[in-house]
Amino acid sequence: MSELPIKDRMKIPRHHMIEQDAKQRTANFKEVNLGYTKEMALAEAMRCIQCKNPPCVAGCPVFVKIPEFIRKLETGDLAEAATILKMDNTLPAVCGRVCPQEEQCERVCTLGKKGEAVAVGYLERFVADWLRDYGKETAPAPVKSGKKVAIVGSGPAGLSCAGDLLRMGHAVTVFEALHEIGGVLMYGIPEFRLPKAIVQAEVEALRKAGVEFVTDYVIGLTETVDELLQKFAAVFVGVGAGLPYFLNIPGEQLVGVYSANEFLTRVNLMKAYEFPKCDTPVFEVKGKQVAVFGGGNTAMDAVRTSCRLGAARAMIIYRRTEKELPARIEEVKHAKEEGIEFIFLAAPVEFTGHDNGWLKSVTVQKMELGEPDASGRRKPVPIPGALETIPLDAAIIAIGNGSNPIISKTTPDLKVNKWGNILVDEKSMKSSKKGVFAGGDIVTGGATVILAMGAGRKAAQAIDEYLKKPEIWS
Amino acid sequence: MNKIIEARNLAPDVKLFKIAAPQIANKRQAGQFVILRVHKEGERIPLTIADSNVQDGSITIIVQGIGKTTKYMNTLQAGDSIMDVVGPLGKPSHIACFGTVVVIGGGVGTAIAFPTAKALKQAGNHVVSIIGGRTKQLVILEEELRAVSDEVYPTTDDGSYGYQGMVTHKLQDLIKAGRKLDFVLAIGPIPMMAAVSEVTKQHHIKTTVSLNPIMVDGTGMCGGCRAVVDGKTVFVCVDGPEFDAHQVDYASLAKRNRSYLLQEKTAVEEFCKLDAMIKEKEYVRTAH
Ligand SMILES: Cc1cc2nc3c(=O)[nH]c(=O)nc-3n(C[C@H](O)[C@H](O)[C@H](O)COP(=O)(O)OP(=O)(O)OC[C@H]3O[C@@H](n4cnc5c(N)ncnc54)[C@H](O)[C@@H]3O)c2cc1C
Ligand SMILES: Cc1cc2nc3c(=O)[nH]c(=O)nc-3n(C[C@H](O)[C@H](O)[C@H](O)COP(=O)(O)OP(=O)(O)OC[C@H]3O[C@@H](n4cnc5c(N)ncnc54)[C@H](O)[C@@H]3O)c2cc1C
Ligand code: SF4
Ligand code: SF4
Ligand code: FES
Repeated sequence: MSELPIKDRMKIPRHHMIEQDAKQRTANFKEVNLGYTKEMALAEAMRCIQCKNPPCVAGCPVFVKIPEFIRKLETGDLAEAATILKMDNTLPAVCGRVCPQEEQCERVCTLGKKGEAVAVGYLERFVADWLRDYGKETAPAPVKSGKKVAIVGSGPAGLSCAGDLLRMGHAVTVFEALHEIGGVLMYGIPEFRLPKAIVQAEVEALRKAGVEFVTDYVIGLTETVDELLQKFAAVFVGVGAGLPYFLNIPGEQLVGVYSANEFLTRVNLMKAYEFPKCDTPVFEVKGKQVAVFGGGNTAMDAVRTSCRLGAARAMIIYRRTEKELPARIEEVKHAKEEGIEFIFLAAPVEFTGHDNGWLKSVTVQKMELGEPDASGRRKPVPIPGALETIPLDAAIIAIGNGSNPIISKTTPDLKVNKWGNILVDEKSMKSSKKGVFAGGDIVTGGATVILAMGAGRKAAQAIDEYLKKPEIWS
Repeated sequence: MNKIIEARNLAPDVKLFKIAAPQIANKRQAGQFVILRVHKEGERIPLTIADSNVQDGSITIIVQGIGKTTKYMNTLQAGDSIMDVVGPLGKPSHIACFGTVVVIGGGVGTAIAFPTAKALKQAGNHVVSIIGGRTKQLVILEEELRAVSDEVYPTTDDGSYGYQGMVTHKLQDLIKAGRKLDFVLAIGPIPMMAAVSEVTKQHHIKTTVSLNPIMVDGTGMCGGCRAVVDGKTVFVCVDGPEFDAHQVDYASLAKRNRSYLLQEKTAVEEFCKLDAMIKEKEYVRTAH
């Protein structure tokens, strides 16, 4: 293969993702992004100029060897590309789909300075999907250490920790409170952004490799952390941030007001969109008015879900402006294409209901941008008297999650901060309790899949060291 | 998969199941519940652990068939399995020696109250049980309650058995008779709990009720089970299910429990189509 000069590489325009047509996709729950063809992936790979000190790698929270895997992809060695990718990222098919790339690897890509960044995420997704569909998992039989580790929670933090520990030769058992493995990947992020089959394939691979999964098991209630420590040499706690915040405004008890967690769990985990074939119902939103309060991933997922359930008017109501929306650019773009309405600079102050207890409307306080604060950002301030009432049939609150107290309440010597996040040593993910490590959203508060995964891997490393030398625990 | 060891009818549409769940049997305390899912397409529903047996590793639940899932459950028999059972969830009942306690069960609420009545008796209380039903057949667990109570008063709305009238009337009779009541536990339909609460509030009797909102996860993750107690939002699955009866906002709870009325009707209609029922039963039978 002849080498393509850098300047020619830089002339290739970024390849856009093939997407399901906006009209069509609002009527189904299938994935919106359809993936690159092999030709597109190889051509996109050619755009990478193989920087010597690649800024993209520094921009990735787990330091995926981006130029190396892209190089192998360019030469058509997909197996090797996958191997390199997997060295740093245990869930590339997931991260390739849900990482906020424009904030991480792609934000700092050299090409992005003048034109468009290399589509690192799309390439990652392509390679990972190829691996799942055509690759051979070559898991070398690990040496058994004879040590057993318990993992609490089966989100990205727990799964990546489990995978690494297994490779290091330890026996691993994952305990999950729900009936499905995968954490937010299964119950939160909808099918149209992350197909459940992809998560399940990752879980099956781990199961085949020897990880034991125990569902319907709430640590703290079914068994405590202290009881686990009698049977396991170490415990990793990756229970996520699963305690929904509410707005604390009048009317929040009305029928029709959901937390995003409840709405998404009903639809994703319990498949309410297949009601009555599946037994779990969700409010009838077909032809109705739905508002989602918030502006992050969760809010976008909720509003786009309600649009797929047939809402006549599906809107995002957000306190600040479009610039501050914490959701990914791609999600906002997709949402707009799907006809989602955005109402900015509006904060809910009250829900009102019909006599039968059903939601009727929300009153919002309109805001304007005030003087710049210390950080230079203009803070929204209420416009006196500017109240607006919007008729609503369903309201979904997506303003974030706190930490679930079940573990901390039942493990008194596990130190947490005032928000209930488990305190750990950042380097080793060691908690205040001997033999207990923690990572992911339960430590950081709601963050990202890749950060949770990175934390799980860091903890696996530290747990391995601890199992070899328990005396290192100071 | 959790195997059903024993299944028997207690009343029309009320069935008792002993289910293999050794770890839950080990851990559970009076007042706690499980969430179960009968099959792959099933809903997650909360049911109180009425009793447990550490020797054979079983828990007992008592189910009243009121909707699709519970009616379906009541077609199951010994040897069948339940796909998922998770627990024990919720806070255990606060058990202490109060003196004379009145345990009031309305309908299937009697089953929910039974384990706590037993624990209250063991703690040295004088236990008076009032168990109500619309009619004779709906008064359940009388024999079991007699074993853990000092006095048992069945009541029926139609007078077909025991005292004619509602449980609150019987309670008022006790109060009028000058009985010193130190604590009341009331579990049953929301209007019943609200009515008991009204009565005991007037007489300053400490009272606890067990709330039964619609739940999904049962671990504090969804907020669907929220209720208003003492003006504050609580998550019943983790903060309860038992609360101070005099602080509960019953009206909003009652409205929230009707959230899916329309859908539930569809679900039951679906269920009643015989073919679906047979198919689903086949599914569960062949799944283990
Ligand atoms: C709707 C939504 C959309 C999101 N979109 C994105 C996105 O596009 N990109 C991105 O990077 N991030 C996104 N996030 C954030 C991301 O999903 C989380 O940061 C990540 O999943 C955290 O992983 P975790 O392993 O720490 O916890 P989780 O994924 O929350 O998993 C924790 C698991 O532990 C279980 N558990 C809890 N308590 C117990 C217990 N006591 N015993 C046993 N098990 C227990 C829970 O049931 C759960 O399965 C999104 C989050 C949500 C809610
Ligand atoms: C902590 C707790 C403990 C419980 N213990 C028991 C028990 O020991 N035995 C028992 O038979 N039942 C118990 N219940 C009630 C039981 O969970 C419901 O009857 C069940 O979920 C109804 O499901 P379904 O699909 O059969 O009916 P659905 O079709 O879902 O509902 C039928 C009717 O019941 C109402 N309803 C729906 N969900 C609930 C609910 N969670 N609680 C009350 N009413 C509801 C609906 O408004 C509707 O009118 C308990 C509930 C809670 C919260
Ligand atoms: S893991 Fe995420 S941030 Fe890292 S390279 Fe992949 S897409 Fe980029
Ligand atoms: S910064 Fe961009 S061009 Fe440079 S190595 Fe990374 S992906 Fe390639
Ligand atoms: S049932 Fe979900 S928080 Fe209680």
